[in-house]
Amino acid sequence: MLKTIQWIVVTLVLCISVSTVFSQGLTPPLNVTAVDTANDDGSSITIKWDAAAEDSGISGYQILRRIADGELETIGDLLPVGTTTYVDSAIEGGTAYTYVVRAVSATEATADSEQTAPVEGSGEWFHTEKTPLFIAMLLFSAAIVWNIYNARSGKEVFVRRIPGLEAVDEAIGRATEMGRSILYVLGLGGVSGVATVASMTILAQVARRTADYETPLRVPCNDPIVMNVVREMVKTAYLEEGHPDAYNEENIFFLTEDQFAYAAGVDGIMVREKPATVFLQGSFAAESLILAETGNSIGAIQIAGTDSEHQLPFFIAACDYTLIGEELYAASAYLSKEPMLLGSLRGQDWGKVLIFGAIALGVILELSGITWITTLLQRVN
Amino acid sequence: MEIFGIWIAALLTLCIYSFLYKDNLFYRFAEHLFVGMSVGYGIVLSVHQGFIPFAWEPFWAAVKPFWPGVPREAGWSGLWKLIPIGVGLLFFSGVSPRHTWLIRYPTAILIGFGAGLSIPNVLRANIFEQTRGTVEPFAAVHAGTLSGWGIFEAVLMVIGVICTLTYFFFSVEHRGPLKWISKVGIAFLMIGFGSAFGNTVMGRVALLIQRVDFLINDWIGSIF
Repeated sequence: MLKTIQWIVVTLVLCISVSTVFSQGLTPPLNVTAVDTANDDGSSITIKWDAAAEDSGISGYQILRRIADGELETIGDLLPVGTTTYVDSAIEGGTAYTYVVRAVSATEATADSEQTAPVEGSGEWFHTEKTPLFIAMLLFSAAIVWNIYNARSGKEVFVRRIPGLEAVDEAIGRATEMGRSILYVLGLGGVSGVATVASMTILAQVARRTADYETPLRVPCNDPIVMNVVREMVKTAYLEEGHPDAYNEENIFFLTEDQFAYAAGVDGIMVREKPATVFLQGSFAAESLILAETGNSIGAIQIAGTDSEHQLPFFIAACDYTLIGEELYAASAYLSKEPMLLGSLRGQDWGKVLIFGAIALGVILELSGITWITTLLQRVN
Repeated sequence: MEIFGIWIAALLTLCIYSFLYKDNLFYRFAEHLFVGMSVGYGIVLSVHQGFIPFAWEPFWAAVKPFWPGVPREAGWSGLWKLIPIGVGLLFFSGVSPRHTWLIRYPTAILIGFGAGLSIPNVLRANIFEQTRGTVEPFAAVHAGTLSGWGIFEAVLMVIGVICTLTYFFFSVEHRGPLKWISKVGIAFLMIGFGSAFGNTVMGRVALLIQRVDFLINDWIGSIF
């Protein structure tokens, strides 16, 4: 009996000793640093520390933060043992923070690191990782500016035939002969959308022709700001063509911002007014086929154009002519023949040559085992 | 109350579907209701998510220190927020025909801001990422880890990208080899559009099934 009690006591003492040794032996995280996160807007601080040894007994890390002389507070969840970096994104500008990284064992024993030096978050004006993007922007811009300069100085810029745009005059003429209106749908994009801006410049050219023919031009808008801009553009086009009286502001109106309510409204306009020509130009989503099918059902000649690649198949299936992707951007230059737009178009072609070069060089380098082009592109992303 | 909602939804669904036959009174009713309600809802949303947090609250915070009886602790720091609010108010100049031209200023700022924000993103996503995706598989070709089919796909990708890009050359006449390369590009585009068409149609059929399921199970099921 006495031996048994002795045995239990010895085992208990051994267990307590072992756990004490382990808890006392938990190494605190080493080389803990806290620095302002590079290339951000000053809204985060990055904390780094050395990886723990495999037999350290650490099962996770907890980050503690102190603001000025305040108390240490725990932030975030327990981090897994392999973690060596934590980004604190819940900071305020102009406030100094200090950090402690706490190692936690499976038995919930803890060991705190040294407190870091105080650090404040500050924003950077220039994102150094995006330098290649900046250089590419400069190259593209230079190509465009150079070509605009050339076009303005009288150098002729050739633009290849775009079938959808050659049909614009035919479509407007048809509406005029039939004595019906033209419906111009700008899609769902806002005024800052690239496709909407391209669509508005095409609309300005269409308006010039409808002003000459005095054909009613109806434009239901999805965005009130777009409506205001369109009114200004169409009004200017009518003025420049010498037909200010033919301009009717009420023909350019706001319908609704809701996608499918807009589609229902435009469909209603189509079936009731039966326009002879329908332009679907801009940014479209799931309503594209609803609009194109209705336009088709009323027998209107339809010219569509969008850079929304998922909607292009529907336009190709249901419309008479479709401007595919960049053709929409090229359309305004093609229709207006303005030197600035033509020069810009040529500059974009130069950009495509650069892309060809990058792909060819990239393929050759990758086949040779040199990966710096993909590494560079990866860093930018 | 729930049954009432189901009946409203079912009847409006049928009103909209009646357009498949032809334009009629029921469709017109549903269309006008839909447009009107969406505008009303949009206005409420704009007031609560746009006007109040981005215009009214900054405006009030900026002018509050100058209100009679309010202690002037905040000072002048919030006043700069009145500038964008003022620029935004120029959109209302359209109300007066004499001052409509003022609308050009906020519009120019908005378009410039949008272009500045979107162009680098377009460059990154559509050019840099596309170039990387086209070139990257050739690293695996060099390492010898790509199967024969994978090599074929990588080469096909390069051919597809180059031919499709060639189609979008606008400042040169598409004749001779360029004509044929761009024709191959169009073929690639059409194959892509075909697959996207099939994919989206399947999605739309799923939406139709969902609606028919609502009509049969939720609506007719609630009657019998």
